Amino acid sequence: MSPRMSRAHRARLSLFTAGAASLSLLATACGGSGASSSSAPKDFSYLSVTENTAVKTALTTLSKGECEAQNKALPLKVETVPQASLDQKLQLLAGQDALPVQFAAGNAPALTNQLEGSGKIADLEKELKDLGVLDQIEPAAVSTVKALYDGKLAVLPYEYNIEGIFYNKKLFTENGISEPATWDALVDASAKLESKGVQPFSASGQQGWPLTRLISGYLYRSLGPDALKKVAEGKAALTDPEYVKAAEEVAELGKKGYFGKGLGSIDYDTAMNQFLSGKAAMFYMGSWALSNISDAEQNKVGAENVGFMPFPAVAGGKGAIGQYPSNVGLGITLARKSFDDKAGDWTACIAKNYGATVLKDQGAISGFKVNGDVKDANEVTTQVRETIGGSKQNVLWFEALFSTKATTISQTNAASLVSGSMTPQKFMQTVQDALTAQ
Amino acid sequence: MKWTPPMHRVLGDRRAILILLGPALLVYSLIMLVPMVWSLGYSFTKGNTIDGFTGNGLDNFQRLFTDEAVRDALWFTLKYGAVVTVGQVVAGYLLALLYVFFLKKSSALIRTLAFFPVVLPTVAVGLLFQKFFQVAPQTGPVNSLLNAVGIDSIDFFGSAGSAFWVLIGMDIWRSMGFYAVLLFAGLVDIPDEVLESARLDGASGLRLIRHIVLPLSLPVLMSSLIFSINGTLKVFDSVVALTNGGPGSGTTPLTLYMFQTSFTYSDYGYGSTIALLLTVVCLLVSLVVYRVSQRDLTEG
Repeated sequence: MSPRMSRAHRARLSLFTAGAASLSLLATACGGSGASSSSAPKDFSYLSVTENTAVKTALTTLSKGECEAQNKALPLKVETVPQASLDQKLQLLAGQDALPVQFAAGNAPALTNQLEGSGKIADLEKELKDLGVLDQIEPAAVSTVKALYDGKLAVLPYEYNIEGIFYNKKLFTENGISEPATWDALVDASAKLESKGVQPFSASGQQGWPLTRLISGYLYRSLGPDALKKVAEGKAALTDPEYVKAAEEVAELGKKGYFGKGLGSIDYDTAMNQFLSGKAAMFYMGSWALSNISDAEQNKVGAENVGFMPFPAVAGGKGAIGQYPSNVGLGITLARKSFDDKAGDWTACIAKNYGATVLKDQGAISGFKVNGDVKDANEVTTQVRETIGGSKQNVLWFEALFSTKATTISQTNAASLVSGSMTPQKFMQTVQDALTAQ
Repeated sequence: MKWTPPMHRVLGDRRAILILLGPALLVYSLIMLVPMVWSLGYSFTKGNTIDGFTGNGLDNFQRLFTDEAVRDALWFTLKYGAVVTVGQVVAGYLLALLYVFFLKKSSALIRTLAFFPVVLPTVAVGLLFQKFFQVAPQTGPVNSLLNAVGIDSIDFFGSAGSAFWVLIGMDIWRSMGFYAVLLFAGLVDIPDEVLESARLDGASGLRLIRHIVLPLSLPVLMSSLIFSINGTLKVFDSVVALTNGGPGSGTTPLTLYMFQTSFTYSDYGYGSTIALLLTVVCLLVSLVVYRVSQRDLTEG
């Protein structure tokens, strides 16, 4: 009987071994690390977008310069995602209560407002006041931020941009064209350039918003500064004839070939390069482009040949040429949860030093005051700064008050509108439907 | 005590069976079944990760029937699925015939070259085709060729129609090597004696293929069809890599629309509903193809 008992014992041992192995495999397959939620941040973590290098560069400079002490206490750590993925990333992080200390706050202000409404964002106005640096932000920038974010200072104005049309002075002079003050004159100028073999405009159809900016630019001139506020409030619809008219005018430019070939495939950098290499005469863009214009390696036509004009007036319109579209670039804000003394010190240092640093190093304009003497990089930068300083009333942009979905649909269909594969009526209807669907 | 074989004693024991199968079933349930049920649950909700979720009954399903974008995406998915499936199997079969009947000695080399695109990353292939067909800022090879014969450049990615066909071409090119190998295996299984006797009876060339080779290939052709249709209905990476669903939403399949709805627009409830629609479509199409293949085999 002894061999039999031995075999039974071995069988039982095999059974347990197999079971234990299976269970350990199960544990391996299902195991997940428990989330540690420490309240004090270890880094001045900053989530940005790949496409925006200006802020990252300036913060890195500050971390080794004026903000060195703050950086030692809380080291700067930058992580980037493509802009198209930013909203998705933010929603997931917010849902996990894991937002970084500082982050680009969403492609559409709607998402930022949602985060603010959920208590995820620091009360910047209060915090900056407590830190004694609220006066370091230009009043115009504060008012633009509040216009975008339901009356709250929800983001810091790391950029403060006005928008208009940069143009190649040399190409204009050579072709006998003066700066157009009206939309009709702009169209005439474009026709003249086209007939001389010069591409009138460069623009990014891939990003889309550089095209929809033209629609809102026209609307603010034809219908006045509250044109898109009315749409957001439901008092007007994008499908109203006077709104569709704006889409028609912009589509007409595309129909005539004024944006060149393959518009939908042109990305932001390519469009910028087309203008800076003299292949296109005009480039609707914001003043953040000054850092590219100031860069001698990028700018082949020379900064002295770059002019800046406001979006032209529309005959019989209610808007004025002095009303510049303004924005704070990609809004950047701070998380409420991780805003502690060290993060506060960093923020105060940024408020005091960012303006001068970014203007001096990159020729870029922010919404922070410029402390100390900084010489403008070139004439067009001076012109833009003076325009900002003298600006009394600003307007927003096409998707400023749109939902995330309407923003995405507007921007992804803009190239189809301008290339002619989508009618102006259809374009406005599609965006309006996305707005109404909320 | 009656002696029984040790193996039988272990595996015959119900407890042993439970211990051995239990972990696998548990893992399968946790990873596959729970998420599916969870997603179905989301179909009845509204909200997002920031504000939380609330139930909204059948609103998402009701919306499914009125959403024009869903109809467009569904139509694109079906159209794409049909064309690419046929293209993959036909191209694969033609290649397989080439290997077996025309290339004999160099077959292995050509098979390797044709199979190569299968192992390339989809994103790399997407970028390759983007450059091939681009119109600006540089004129791509395809447009250069068109220009050389006096045809103006075509903005292939500027309209949904032409973007669709570039997408079709890319996916067929990318995967025909796989189907060629699959079908090649089917072709080499045909007995030489059958082919020889057919030749002796006067069948040759196209007649041989049409009447002898093709009918005998039917089982493996049907298998390829089933395999292909399921893959193409769920297309995602090819579209994202080449067109990102553009221009506008002109080449947006259900998978991408579901993804955008859930993760870009943060409408998880409706996104889950679209996912359910996709699941139902895949099941229906698979069922139809399977039943057709069953009937054919029975008649054969």
